[in-house]
Amino acid sequence: MTQKILAAAAGLEKVEAGQLIEANLDLVLGNDITSPVAIKEMEKMNVNGVFHKDKIALVPDHFVPNKDIKSAEHCKCVREFARRNEITNYFEVGEMGIEHALLPEKGLTVAGDVIIGADSHTCTYGALGAFSTGVGSTDMAAGMATGKAWFKVPSAIKFNLVGKPSKWISGKDVILHIIGMIGVDGALYKSMEFVGEGVANLTMDDRFTIANMAIEAGGKNGIFPVDDLAIAYMKEHSNREFKIFEADADAVYDEEYTIDLSTLKSTVAFPHLPENTHTIDAIDEIAIDQVVIGSCTNGRIDDLRCAAEILKGRHVAKGMRCIIIPATQAIYMQAMEEGLLKIFIESGAVVSTPTCGPCLGGYMGILAEGERCVSTTNRNFVGRMGHITSEIYLASPAVAAASAITGKISGPNDL
Amino acid sequence: MNNAKGIVFKYGDNVDTDVIIPARYLNSSDPAELATHCMEDIDTEFVKKVNKGDIIVATKNFGCGSSREHAPIAIKAAGVSCVIAETFARIFYRNAINIGLPIIECPEAAKAIEAGDTVEVDFNTGIITDITKGQSFQGQAFPEFMQKIIASEGLINYINNK
Repeated sequence: MTQKILAAAAGLEKVEAGQLIEANLDLVLGNDITSPVAIKEMEKMNVNGVFHKDKIALVPDHFVPNKDIKSAEHCKCVREFARRNEITNYFEVGEMGIEHALLPEKGLTVAGDVIIGADSHTCTYGALGAFSTGVGSTDMAAGMATGKAWFKVPSAIKFNLVGKPSKWISGKDVILHIIGMIGVDGALYKSMEFVGEGVANLTMDDRFTIANMAIEAGGKNGIFPVDDLAIAYMKEHSNREFKIFEADADAVYDEEYTIDLSTLKSTVAFPHLPENTHTIDAIDEIAIDQVVIGSCTNGRIDDLRCAAEILKGRHVAKGMRCIIIPATQAIYMQAMEEGLLKIFIESGAVVSTPTCGPCLGGYMGILAEGERCVSTTNRNFVGRMGHITSEIYLASPAVAAASAITGKISGPNDL
Repeated sequence: MNNAKGIVFKYGDNVDTDVIIPARYLNSSDPAELATHCMEDIDTEFVKKVNKGDIIVATKNFGCGSSREHAPIAIKAAGVSCVIAETFARIFYRNAINIGLPIIECPEAAKAIEAGDTVEVDFNTGIITDITKGQSFQGQAFPEFMQKIIASEGLINYINNK
């Protein structure tokens, strides 16, 4: 799938793994951390403005509403650049959301697109059958100026999904299971293609979560076939035309794995790598101090509904900080209309406006020395969420919500 | 800029961009300021000891995680002349090339070279020499267009010069 999309974007009939190509871009994305560096680089270039004002998305989401003066200066830089260049898709506080939840919701990412973003989780849009990958600020600058980027065509690993996941098992468990199996560099430089009849048993939000964490296995991108559910999602959210690419029956893969979704258990990645996975039934008592439910990985409506189902009528453990962050304003609104926010607040959780905040140790939930957090985010590296002796346990919204109630790492069936 | 020579700082597998430059410092994009926190969460001695021209050597998957270009920027601004690793995470690889920080993949060198060794790297041939140990290794030389990007001190200058 990936190779076909890249061939079309490069104006070639066919490409092969390892080939260096220059592809036309459908969207170039940046946030409040990476865009200022890109803007500075772009100003050094001999160009007059951006290649296309509709094909750039600027989403200040990491440190907004601004946490300090320096981050406010960064956002000001992005805001002024957006104004100067009449960028259509600049999202101010109040209309923004976490970029990788926001862009599909706004219909800016559709099947067949080639998308680069100066954020590693740009691979999320593969859930809709797009080729999307994270890059740095200089690539973003060159992309904004020229509408093109160079790529080395990746080879692919095939994940054949079969079966139906049981209650409480979500996309997060699928991708943590896969990362545990192949390791944090198991898909280095490669495309992760998720196929098979089991895909039909995954919601769009599950698929976004799975594609989102392809980077945690080192992958260049993660991609799903475009089925009726994906088409319905795109039609609901976008007016753009999309293009469906299908893998050839004789497509070549470096490796193939079959994963029976019905056998998966709630999975938790222990510090300090996403590959350190344990299933919930094999975890001894580990007391925790904080729970975070949110992020570009797990801040969507399915995730909040799942957490609310568990938290309803219950209360978080004494001394527990449970922080819930809807990923976009639309998700926030929907959670409000469905009564989820009331459930969260009554259970003793706090609800924040959309931000990446705690996931990368920015603000809104920094950990002190030695503290432990169960988090639905995507990375548990040393010091990621605060003090270098603090610990992050990555898990699904179901495990995070259950753990908030018991005060120790728990599955929903432990309640 | 055809070669690098310096003292080695050695690290293990999966050195992520969060330990190279923690996000709590990403409210700045000033290279000199970022350099003062380089490697802080993995090696508090690094910024005290690093000298211009020194070399970082690590094993698998160096630079994994976030796409922050601040990571190679901090390393370059700290004075590091080259990073040698068994493998690099792909976004870090692109970013390093794009800002003109030479990096080179060589599993044998990454395993054999130890902290404190003096190492020389020839970018044209990809040959890495551990002067302390008297050993040489063949690293992967860059494709021509990547050499041009590095020689131009980054992608932007390269595009401007084209």
